[in-house]
Amino acid sequence: MHTSPHVLQSTSVRSVMLKVLAALLPGIFAYVWFFGAIILVQIALASVAALCAEALMLRLRGKPVLLFLTDGSALVTAWLVALTFPPIAPWWLTVTGVLIAIVVAKHLYGGLGQNPFNPAMVAFCTMIVAYPQLMSQWPRADFNTFAPMFNAVFSGYRELDAIVMATPLDALRTVLRDPEQRLTIAGILGSHATFGNIGGLGWEWVAAGYLLGGLWLIQQRIITWHVPAAFVVTLAVIAATFNILNPERFVGANFHLFTGGAMLGAFFIATDPVSGCTTPLGKLIFAAGAALLTWIIRSFGAYPDGMAFAILLMNLLVPLIDMGTQPKVFGHKKGPLP
Amino acid sequence: MLELFRFHGGVKPASHKQESSGTPILPAPLPQLLVVPFRQSATGAAAIRVQAGDQVLKGQVIGGAEGPFGTTVHAPTSGTVRAIEERPLPHPSGLAAPCAIIEPDGEERWIERAPLDGLAADAELLRARIRDAGIVGLGGAAFPSHVKARARIETLVINGAECEPWITCDDRLMRERADEIVAGARILARLMDARRILFGVEDNKPEAAAALRAALGQERLGGAGEIQVVAVPTLYPAGGEKQLIRVLTGIEIPYGKLGPDFGVQCFNVGTAYAVARAVLHGEPLISRIVTLAGNYAHPGNFEVLVGTPIDALLPLGAPQADTDRIVMGGPMMGFPLADLTVPVVKATNCLLAMSPALFPPPPPEMPCIRCGACTRACPVVLQPHELYWFSRSKNFGKAQEYHLFDCIECGCCAFVCPSRIPLVDYYRFAKAEIRARERDKAAADRARERHEFRQFREEREKAEKAARLAAKAAETKAKLAQEDAAKIAAAQAKAHPEAAPTSEGNA
Repeated sequence: MHTSPHVLQSTSVRSVMLKVLAALLPGIFAYVWFFGAIILVQIALASVAALCAEALMLRLRGKPVLLFLTDGSALVTAWLVALTFPPIAPWWLTVTGVLIAIVVAKHLYGGLGQNPFNPAMVAFCTMIVAYPQLMSQWPRADFNTFAPMFNAVFSGYRELDAIVMATPLDALRTVLRDPEQRLTIAGILGSHATFGNIGGLGWEWVAAGYLLGGLWLIQQRIITWHVPAAFVVTLAVIAATFNILNPERFVGANFHLFTGGAMLGAFFIATDPVSGCTTPLGKLIFAAGAALLTWIIRSFGAYPDGMAFAILLMNLLVPLIDMGTQPKVFGHKKGPLP
Repeated sequence: MLELFRFHGGVKPASHKQESSGTPILPAPLPQLLVVPFRQSATGAAAIRVQAGDQVLKGQVIGGAEGPFGTTVHAPTSGTVRAIEERPLPHPSGLAAPCAIIEPDGEERWIERAPLDGLAADAELLRARIRDAGIVGLGGAAFPSHVKARARIETLVINGAECEPWITCDDRLMRERADEIVAGARILARLMDARRILFGVEDNKPEAAAALRAALGQERLGGAGEIQVVAVPTLYPAGGEKQLIRVLTGIEIPYGKLGPDFGVQCFNVGTAYAVARAVLHGEPLISRIVTLAGNYAHPGNFEVLVGTPIDALLPLGAPQADTDRIVMGGPMMGFPLADLTVPVVKATNCLLAMSPALFPPPPPEMPCIRCGACTRACPVVLQPHELYWFSRSKNFGKAQEYHLFDCIECGCCAFVCPSRIPLVDYYRFAKAEIRARERDKAAADRARERHEFRQFREEREKAEKAARLAAKAAETKAKLAQEDAAKIAAAQAKAHPEAAPTSEGNA
C-alpha cells in the first residue's frame, strides 16, 4: 500500500554524490595542471580500492550490493582520500587509507549514513600518525614530470630528492620554529620556492578550483552556505587578528585560506552531512570550531595541517551541538509576533 | 497592497492544474443508489431519523445534529430509503459506519426551502441554519462550520489557495460562482464580527482571483471594513490553514491553538459557497465539486451529490486502462481507496487516478544521510530526520520533545528526501503509538484511581465501623457506669440519706 506523498522529487543519494564528484573537478584540473597526471592515477587507485572494499563489506553485511555500490558515496570518500594524501604516496599507503575509510570508519559503524566521523579524515589522521614521513612528502610545484612520480608511487625504491619539497605550511612551520634561522614571516615567504602569490605555489590554484566547485554546490543546493562561510570567515578573522598582533610569528588570512586543506575542508569535508551538524546554527558552530582548531593546530601543533584533526574533533561534538541548536518550531517563537 | 509574510520551507511539485481546470463544472448524473453516511463531520455521527422504506425529499433531514458539535445529514435527492446499514467509508482505515441507502426516484422533489437575509437575520438563526444545513469544512478537514463561526475575530481568511497539485475544484468554483463565495464570506464575517476579509488565492490561478475581484466590485464590508483578494505565492503547502494565515497576516498559530485565539478564522471557498447556498437559498449541503484528474481520458470537475458511489462517478472522467489506484485528495496528502464502492463525502475534493506511468512507484529506500533537505523543506521548522530516527527507534518521548505533534503531515520532507524514505509514514506510526499508549495510560490511571478509591473507601468504612463500635462500647460503658453510680448512690442514699449524690456524670 502506497501512502502519501505519492510524488517525489527526482533527487537521489546518487545524484547528490555525483554532483559532489563533479564539483571536485575544477580543483582536480588545477592539480593536474601544476603537478601532473599522477593525481589521476591516485584517484583511480583509490576509487578501485574503495569500490572493492565497499562491495565486500556490503556482501558481508548482507546488504543489496549493486544498489549501494552505485550510490556514489564510496567514490566521494575515495576521491577525498586521494586528494588529501600526497600524490606521490606509495600505492599501498593510498589503498590502506581507503580501506580504513571504507571498512573501519564507514561500514564498521553501520555503513552509509551511520558514520559519526568523516571516513576520509579518519584515513588521513590514521596514516599521518602511522607514517608521518610518507604523509609529508609532497611534490615540488615546478616539477611535473610523470615518470619519476609514477615510479615513486609504484616501485619500492623512492628516489625523491628531485621531486619532494616541503609544503608551504610545513616550510613555514619548520623555519619559524628553527631558532637558528631567525627569519620573519615576510622573509620566509620571500625566500622559499614553495610559496606562491597568496598561498602555496600551484596549491593556491587548486584551492581556488575547490572554491569554484564548492560555490557551484551551494548554487545546486547540495550544501548550504553555513559551513563554508563560517569556516572561511572564522579562519580568516582569527588568522588576520593574530597576523596584525604579531606579523613576525603569525601568517595572514590569505595564506591560511589558500594553503593545505582549508578550501577542500570548508566546501567538501566539513560539509559532509552524515558526520556534520544539521541545524543552521549548529552548522555555523561546527564549522567555526573546525576552523579555529585548524588554525590552532597549524600554528602550535606538531602536524603541518590541522584540518583533518579539527574536523574529527568537531565530529565528536555534533550530537551535542545539534541538540542545543534546535530551531524554534512554527508558532513557538518567543516574543511579540511579527 | 497587503504586506505578505512567508513560511519556512515548502516545495514546488509540478502543479498539473491545466489538465482539469479548463472546462466548466458539469453536473454528475443521478446514480442508481446513493450511500449517505450518517457520519459526515470530523466530530461525530448524526442521529438516524429515517428507516428503511421511508420516502424522502431532496434536502430532507435524515440525520439530526447531536450535541454542540453535531451536524445534520440530508437526503441528496428525492426517493426511497432502501436500507440503513454499515458501509465502508472513504477513510485511510476503510472503517465502516451506518449509511442510508437511498434509491432516487429521479424527480428531484425538493423540501420547502426558506431563504434568509444573510446580512439582516439574527446571528443565532444564521448559525442554526449553518448547522441544520450540514455545513462542514470542505477543504478536507470536515469540521462543523457553525462551531467555527461562533468565534469573534478580527480577520476572516477565505482559503482559495488550493495548493495540492492536480486539484482544481476550488479554482473552478471561484471562476464560476465567485458571487456566492463572496456572499457566503460576508455572512461568516458578520457572524464573527470580522473587521476584514482576506481571500487567499495562489498566484497560479489568476482567473479565479480576477473572478473574485470582479464579484467584490467596489463594495466594502459594513463601511469601515476591508475586503480584498490576495494572490499568494504558489508554494506548497500555502493552502494549509496555518500556513495561509501566516502568509496573509504574519500570525503563527502553534499546535494546540486555534485561529480565534489570535483573532483570525479560516474557511475554505467551498464552505463559504455552501454557507451562501444555505442562507440565501435554503439549500442544505448535499453536493460538492469533485475534481477527476490524473489518468483520465476526460478529466474535469463535476458537481456531485454526497453519497454518490465513487465507482459510479469515475466513468465520467473515463479512467485509462492502466489506472491502478484511485487516491482521494491530492498527490501530496491524499490516500488510496481500498474499495471503490465507497461514497463521495463532504471532504472528497478530488479523485486522482494513478497509473505506474504517471505516478511511478517509489525507488528503493536508502539510509538517511542527514543531508538536511527535509529540514529545509519543512513548513513547521521541524527536524524531520531527527523525528524519523526517534520514530524508527520507538523513542517516542524524544519524538514528542522534538515536536512530533506539530507535524501537519504535508509530505514536503518525503517529497524532497534523496533517500526516498517514507518519512510521513514514520510520523503517523509514532503518533498512533503515542496516542494508543496515552489511551492505555489513561485507562490504567482510571483503573488505579478506582482501585485506590476502593481501598480508601474500604479503609474509611472500616475506620468508621471501628469508630462506631468504639463509640457504642463507650456509650455502653458510660451507661453501665452511670447505672452503677446510680446504684451506689441509691445504696449510699439508703445508708446515709443526708449526703447529696455527687458522683453523677463522671462515667
